Amino acid sequence: MSSSTEWPLWEVFVRSRRGLSHTHAGSLHAPDAEMALRNARDLYTRRNEGVSIWVVPSAHITASSPDEKDSFFEPSADKPYRHPTFYDIPEGVKHL
Amino acid sequence: MATAHRPVSTVDTARAPGTARTSDREGTAGSMETAAPRDTAAARGTAATADTADATAADRAADAKAADQAADAATLQAAFNAAVAADERIEPRDWMPDAYRSTLVRQIAQHAHSEIIGMQPEANWITRAPSLRRKAILMAKVQDEAGHGLYLYSAAETLGASRDDLLDKLHSGRQKYSSIFNYPTLTWADVGAIGWLVDGAAITNQVPLCRCSYGPYARAMVRVCKEESFHQRQGYELLLALSRGTEAQHAMAQDAVDRWWWPSLMMFGPPDAESSHSEQSMTWKIKRHSNDELRQRFVDICVPQAESLGLTLPDPDLKWNEERGQHDFGAIDWSEFWSVLKGNGPCNEQRMTQRRRAHEEGAWVREAAAAHAARHSERERATGDSERAIENSERAAEDSEREEATA
Repeated sequence: MSSSTEWPLWEVFVRSRRGLSHTHAGSLHAPDAEMALRNARDLYTRRNEGVSIWVVPSAHITASSPDEKDSFFEPSADKPYRHPTFYDIPEGVKHL
Repeated sequence: MATAHRPVSTVDTARAPGTARTSDREGTAGSMETAAPRDTAAARGTAATADTADATAADRAADAKAADQAADAATLQAAFNAAVAADERIEPRDWMPDAYRSTLVRQIAQHAHSEIIGMQPEANWITRAPSLRRKAILMAKVQDEAGHGLYLYSAAETLGASRDDLLDKLHSGRQKYSSIFNYPTLTWADVGAIGWLVDGAAITNQVPLCRCSYGPYARAMVRVCKEESFHQRQGYELLLALSRGTEAQHAMAQDAVDRWWWPSLMMFGPPDAESSHSEQSMTWKIKRHSNDELRQRFVDICVPQAESLGLTLPDPDLKWNEERGQHDFGAIDWSEFWSVLKGNGPCNEQRMTQRRRAHEEGAWVREAAAAHAARHSERERATGDSERAIENSERAAEDSEREEATA
């Protein structure tokens, strides 16, 4: 069989320049990691958009569920004291 | 390798741990879920009329369950509506109405097909480009179109569509592509006219799509629009060179513009009054402007550009309307549009034949790549190359640690 969907799906992450982290660029189908890298180069870096590429099989990515988006992130919602703006500092105090 | 579960598409749709409800992960399953409340209600309805006297506990349980599901569906719909109203993006794993999903799949697929079929009229001139510079430019442009098709197929896949299915539907004529590509490229100047007018119209359409309510489609459009701008400028420059060239070259440029102008205006689709999907798509914020609005915008952009080219647009009724602050333009021959759409354009047959042939003739490449991948992974297992793989991944982990440390 020759269908392209037999090829697994890969997620492509591109580092746009040194000093920045890789960010998700998109996805593509490829038979193996090596081809995924080459395809990613042709598809997502035709204009020098990257200096480094990661490809990851989509099936290997574990994601949080949108169903529990509130409850899952709830623990941080009621902790404003984690932000510097929570604190009242007298005017004129410097370097703080 | 063949798993029952179709590969999840993109990070957004990746598997979530410990979630019993898989339904929101894939289009088809998602549709089943949203259909469930209706089905249950219908089943309960028939049961109730069949033996009304016998209201069993099971019936009551089904009642409660159906009510729950209906409430669930209402909550989900409300959350979706609120997100769209607030101009938030809908992401692949969010709940969405079935019709929203199917509308997007249809639109994105047609868009993807257009990019792929759109490679043909221009590729027709690669071997006959008048200079190496023009040839390199044209090859880069045609390669971009392939890339745009792939971005869009990926976006469609996040909605649960399968790549093979979409290609099948293109090859069997069940899904359409833009009618504009059913016109022939008769001269070299057509390459310029396509870049200027066809890509120009596409950009006018696509810029608002960058703010489309569906995240993956909007993101694909951002990328596409960035690249289209080169397409349009190279076309304009090409026409300008011809227009300022010999008399024959100028005439060739004018002839190309004469042939491509009206089909380009048709690219925005039927007039608002006759556009079947427009209103709902506007409500869903898939579409941000009406067909006629975008067409008018395109005309107003093109008129001064044509003047700078030293070429005329083939419309005697085209003139500035001081009152409206826009150009008036002549009536579009919609019978031509519908005829081309139905398959009677000059090149429909040729485009489809070539697409199918390209797919068939590429089969051995896909097979070879799959065979190579299979053999490679087998050998890796057999010769203990996996150790090397582990080393590699350790090295990668170290690399990323180092990166974090220096970040």
